[in-house]
Amino acid sequence: MTWTMHVLGRARRHAVLWSVQFAYMAEYRAEIALWALSGVVPFIMLAIWQSAPLPGLGLDGPMLGRYFLSAFVVRQFTVVWVVWQFEEDTIQGRLSPYLLQPLHPLWRYVAAHQAEQATRLPFVMLIIATFFLLQPAALAFPSPPRLLLGVLAVGLAFAINFLLQSLIACLCFWSERATALERLLMIPTLFLSGLVAPLQAFPPGLARLALKTPFPYLIAFPAQLLSGDPLPVEGGFTVVGGFLAMALWIAVLLPLLSLLWRAGVRRYGAMGA
Amino acid sequence: MAIVTAQGLRKSFRVAAKDPGLAGTLRHLLRRRWQDVEAVRQVSFQIEPGEVVGFLGGNGAGKTTTLKLLSGLIHPTGGVLEVAGCQPWRRQRRFLEAITLVMGQKQQLIWDLPPLDSLRVNAAVYGIDDSEARRRIAELADMLELGEELTRPVRKLSLGQRMKAELMAALLHRPRVLFLDEPTLGLDVNAQARVRRFLADYNQRTGATVLLTSHYMADITALCPRVLLIHQGALFYDGGLDTLRERLAPWRQVRLELAEPVPAERLAPYGEVERLDGAAAWLLIGRDRVPACLNRLLADLPVLDLEVNEPPIEELIGRLFQQGFLEEPPA
Repeated sequence: MTWTMHVLGRARRHAVLWSVQFAYMAEYRAEIALWALSGVVPFIMLAIWQSAPLPGLGLDGPMLGRYFLSAFVVRQFTVVWVVWQFEEDTIQGRLSPYLLQPLHPLWRYVAAHQAEQATRLPFVMLIIATFFLLQPAALAFPSPPRLLLGVLAVGLAFAINFLLQSLIACLCFWSERATALERLLMIPTLFLSGLVAPLQAFPPGLARLALKTPFPYLIAFPAQLLSGDPLPVEGGFTVVGGFLAMALWIAVLLPLLSLLWRAGVRRYGAMGA
Repeated sequence: MAIVTAQGLRKSFRVAAKDPGLAGTLRHLLRRRWQDVEAVRQVSFQIEPGEVVGFLGGNGAGKTTTLKLLSGLIHPTGGVLEVAGCQPWRRQRRFLEAITLVMGQKQQLIWDLPPLDSLRVNAAVYGIDDSEARRRIAELADMLELGEELTRPVRKLSLGQRMKAELMAALLHRPRVLFLDEPTLGLDVNAQARVRRFLADYNQRTGATVLLTSHYMADITALCPRVLLIHQGALFYDGGLDTLRERLAPWRQVRLELAEPVPAERLAPYGEVERLDGAAAWLLIGRDRVPACLNRLLADLPVLDLEVNEPPIEELIGRLFQQGFLEEPPA
């Protein structure tokens, strides 16, 4: 009973945080629409891949279209800007009141990201509709179980990305300019996540190496699931293996974040406050 | 039993020192020079539940650092610290529910949304249910004379309205200990007075303990019977404000308006002649001697008017901060 009440209390708290953050994000809907539109890298890559297809890739034109559309959708719902926000809050002294409330400050950022994702949803739907209008041959939807697995994978991908970026955000406790360090993550995210090419287009050695990092699970794995097309053996993914790897990365990153956070807070000087 | 106890409290920061110019920059890049800055040095005091204590000191004296230590924002370098039965830096839930920190120059309200949204978040964070939250919001809004403002975006509110809404957000969970850092900073005289009234009222109604820093002496004189004075990180006075006034200025200033100018020598037996300006004279007379001296003055001199003034506390404390110590009273 107590445990149920505890869970319900937390759920209620998160719902309030989410709804207030949603109201906040709605104030910036035009900016969020522009951010959604700016995430068109997968479509640029699609155009490149369709103009010069790689023989033996195992993906025909419509499949490529569905993969990059899915990559776009995954990207929209896994974008994380916690480093930038945390840096701002630390420098401006807004972190201090958060630290003095009985709620881990990172939960506020989780709610803000989820609210922003909800604000993006209509724009993403519009872009999906436009895409299928322009590429009717690619029109296909995943089966409901596959869609469900895809959505779950997107959620886990967001969790991994959030944990990765929060680790960097924690470095604000030592160096106030953690956004510079975030750029270190940008290159592997761009090239190993499947944003510029599906994993089956990677040289086998590089694909194997990539799968030992969290990056392909940020885009490629959920995108393959959402596309509804069969998971290619060459890509190195299996449904179970993919979810296990995601769970493993979360299990590694979560305690690491907890350790770094505790060490950082101990060092916090509340200089901006 | 004290609700706030600090014993030998210390906090030092390690800061990089850099010389100006290109050579200084290169040296800074290649071999950084660190300095330990002692922001708080061996500070000890206790505050009883329900007390309202003023915390005074010049800029950089260590007031805000001490408040950050007391509220658990930063870890002390040394010493013993206990607030509401907890060690602040551990930030346990029961400690966080017992305290609040308001910083006049910082805000916790969400800038683009009405204060009510921030209040909803705070209610959820502290686990206050909706009906209780509504009741507390109504009560605080009534005390702070806020109404429609709570539904307007924070960015559209005046500074005074914003500070009042900040206080609401900080007090919604009914903390037992309030750390207030310059809560009236930048407010006009009326808004300052309203915030002061509210704080006095809140203290009376709830019995909350308040530790207040302010550059406005009016805040301190209106609210704090006891003050702590800090200079360069060290506490050098802890006691009543009236006692401090007596120790700093054991005299009264008497302004005389005479029928004709009188030489200083004729006034000297009554007190120290501070100034003479035609038929007006200003004398400094020991507090205990004032009634007797005034009787004699009125009997001996052609006095048209007289005025007895207490020295302004701002002036006295300003002088004290420049001096940095308080002379011991004669035994």
